[in-house]
Amino acid sequence: MSETPAIRVRGLSKRFGQLLAVDHVDLDVPRGRVYGFLGPNGSGKSTTIRMLCGLLTPSDGEIEVLGLRVPQQAEALRRRIGYMTQSFSLFADLTVGENLEFIAEILGVPRERKRARIAELMERYRLADRRKQLAGTMSGGQKQRLALACAVMHEPELLFLDEPTSAVDPESRREFWEALFELTDAGTTLLVSTHLMDEAERCHRLAILDRGRLVADGTPGALTSALGGRTWLVESDNPRRAQHALVEAPGVLGVAQVGHALRLLAADGQGEDWAAAVEQRLHGAGLSALLRSATPNLEDVFVAATRSVGPGGAA
Amino acid sequence: MNLRRLWAIMQKEVRQLRRDRITLAMIMVMPIVQLVLFGYAINLNLRGLDAAIVDQAQTSDSRALVMDMLATDVIRPVATARTPQGLIDLIRRGRINVGVVIPPDFEARKQDGRAVAQVLVDGSDATVAAAAAQLAQTPVDSRLPDLHAPYASTPPVPRIVVTSFYNPERRSAVNIVPGLIGVILTMTMVLFTAIAIVRERERGNMELLIAMPLSRSELMLGKVVPYVLIGLVQTTVILVLGRWLFDVPIRGSLLDVYLAALLLIASNLTLGLLISSRAQSQFQAMQMTFFIFLPSILLSGFMFPFSGMPRAAQWIAELLPLTHFLRLIRGIMLRNASLLDLWGDALALVVFTTVMMTAAILRFRKRLD
Ligand SMILES: Nc1ncnc2c1ncn2[C@@H]1O[C@H](COP(=O)(O)OP(=O)(O)OP(=O)(O)O)[C@@H](O)[C@H]1O
Ligand SMILES: [Mg+2]
Repeated sequence: MSETPAIRVRGLSKRFGQLLAVDHVDLDVPRGRVYGFLGPNGSGKSTTIRMLCGLLTPSDGEIEVLGLRVPQQAEALRRRIGYMTQSFSLFADLTVGENLEFIAEILGVPRERKRARIAELMERYRLADRRKQLAGTMSGGQKQRLALACAVMHEPELLFLDEPTSAVDPESRREFWEALFELTDAGTTLLVSTHLMDEAERCHRLAILDRGRLVADGTPGALTSALGGRTWLVESDNPRRAQHALVEAPGVLGVAQVGHALRLLAADGQGEDWAAAVEQRLHGAGLSALLRSATPNLEDVFVAATRSVGPGGAA
Repeated sequence: MNLRRLWAIMQKEVRQLRRDRITLAMIMVMPIVQLVLFGYAINLNLRGLDAAIVDQAQTSDSRALVMDMLATDVIRPVATARTPQGLIDLIRRGRINVGVVIPPDFEARKQDGRAVAQVLVDGSDATVAAAAAQLAQTPVDSRLPDLHAPYASTPPVPRIVVTSFYNPERRSAVNIVPGLIGVILTMTMVLFTAIAIVRERERGNMELLIAMPLSRSELMLGKVVPYVLIGLVQTTVILVLGRWLFDVPIRGSLLDVYLAALLLIASNLTLGLLISSRAQSQFQAMQMTFFIFLPSILLSGFMFPFSGMPRAAQWIAELLPLTHFLRLIRGIMLRNASLLDLWGDALALVVFTTVMMTAAILRFRKRLD
């Protein structure tokens, strides 16, 4: 495997009229890994992926995918990548078998291998008993398995998956991810977008997008450990009132209720003294409160990244 | 161009069409319904128009002229009036469509070669006006009895009789059925291709297709070729029914008929492709199709005679495939012409197809924006 990254992006931007949907994003996606795109609705995940596949023309910036310049050399890239669209884009009025066959023909799977390859994919993605069912009549999760089967038909080097598990229940999601890791074992690079934190945690590396900007990137471990000491759990008899009291407090980046407790994210550089001050503040408001240090998670990373980007950054 | 991929697209298209029962039914039902509608209901040769006649001359010749007019069956006396003013009243009140006035000085006018009679027409109905115009061509001099010999002599006053060479009984079905092939193909072919592509865009399939290693021409050709077959099926339905219901002859070669149909099908399919590259929704595609369809019907010579149209309208008509097809198909089916005799119109369709296909492929971007 060559040492050049699978994807190299510099200053990538996309403008839709007034809206800057992707704002000067730099990316380096290493080969053979699962790279995650984490971001809320409208943060520009799909737009970025479409530009990387050569489906949208960037307003600005440079893209290199598998050593090819995009969008100029996008056609040469098509055979080497797979793309699973966010919304179902296979043919609802064709059967599962017909859809797979169509994709195999278009991707030029050798005739003698076609049947075996389709059978293998139907087996692996549990579609075998649905061969004759119209794709449009399948459940959301089944559709996504079919879409994944089609996207990997030609064993691409690089696979773009845009929210592949949005319609998959948690149980099947684990299974879906196992299938994704099987692909990386075979050397495939995966770029997966998601807005689910637990899914993002499974990625080898992660880019966090917010309103078109890349606000953080790194391994999930590095991203969370960078927040060490800044996350707290507040136990209070009245969490809702405590939350109100804390939103405005100095040094608080985010407060969220988690069951009966509150999860608190402190601004950078706040230590034990700050925690004591917060407790004081709550007692002063007539509320019982106990602060305990908590392990940071990706949600905290996301909040920290989006709240510390400057005056316009707070949502 | 990769034949395997082209074939895959065509196969997919046919499979989808096979499951689309309503469209499939429309493909067959539309030609049948239109043929029956146009053949039976729309009779461009109006007969039996309600009329009244005022003969103020009352000479034997004037009475003979009246009898000649009635003999054409174009008018049917339903009311009486004594003065031209009375006729005008009847027309205004909608009692009659046509009034005929023969002035008292009929004989003198005939001698001088001046107008001998006046036909008053309800001009608010264009077809009535056209039909009644035939009346004005009734020969005034009954000593020239051979009405069906147009070039028998050169009369001093314009007394040209309406004579139809290739449709002597003036049955409109004979004229209309060949044209109807063109009208139906224009309507269905343009719409089908326009919608076939726009639908994929609406359903999100286009994002998948353009992310595939497919060339623009493979995608476009693969989508239109199946519709060529459908167009030929429709042509056959009209030819067979036209023969069976209305006795419409095919005087020229059947091969030429199908070749002409193929040329029109190709023109319309490529036009549909071009529309699909602009339209964002199926509704827009439909609107654009009708934007082309209306002038086709009105200007091509299907409804109104081409020669009677203003210059500008004729120029526009020359740009419409249906105009050229009508000339081809009427020539082949009714006058036993060959496609080669009419090479100019055949060439026009070939050029149209080439230009549209090139424009459609160039305009189609393998991008979402
Ligand atoms: N074709 C377009 N025209 C105009 N605006 C667009 C277009 N496509 C996307 N946008 C806008 O760009 C922004 C980013 O959209 P994008 O689809 O990339 O978000 P996303 O991160 O994929 O969100 P989601 O999680 O909801 O899929 C949104 O505000 C969206 O409204
Ligand atoms: Mg998206």
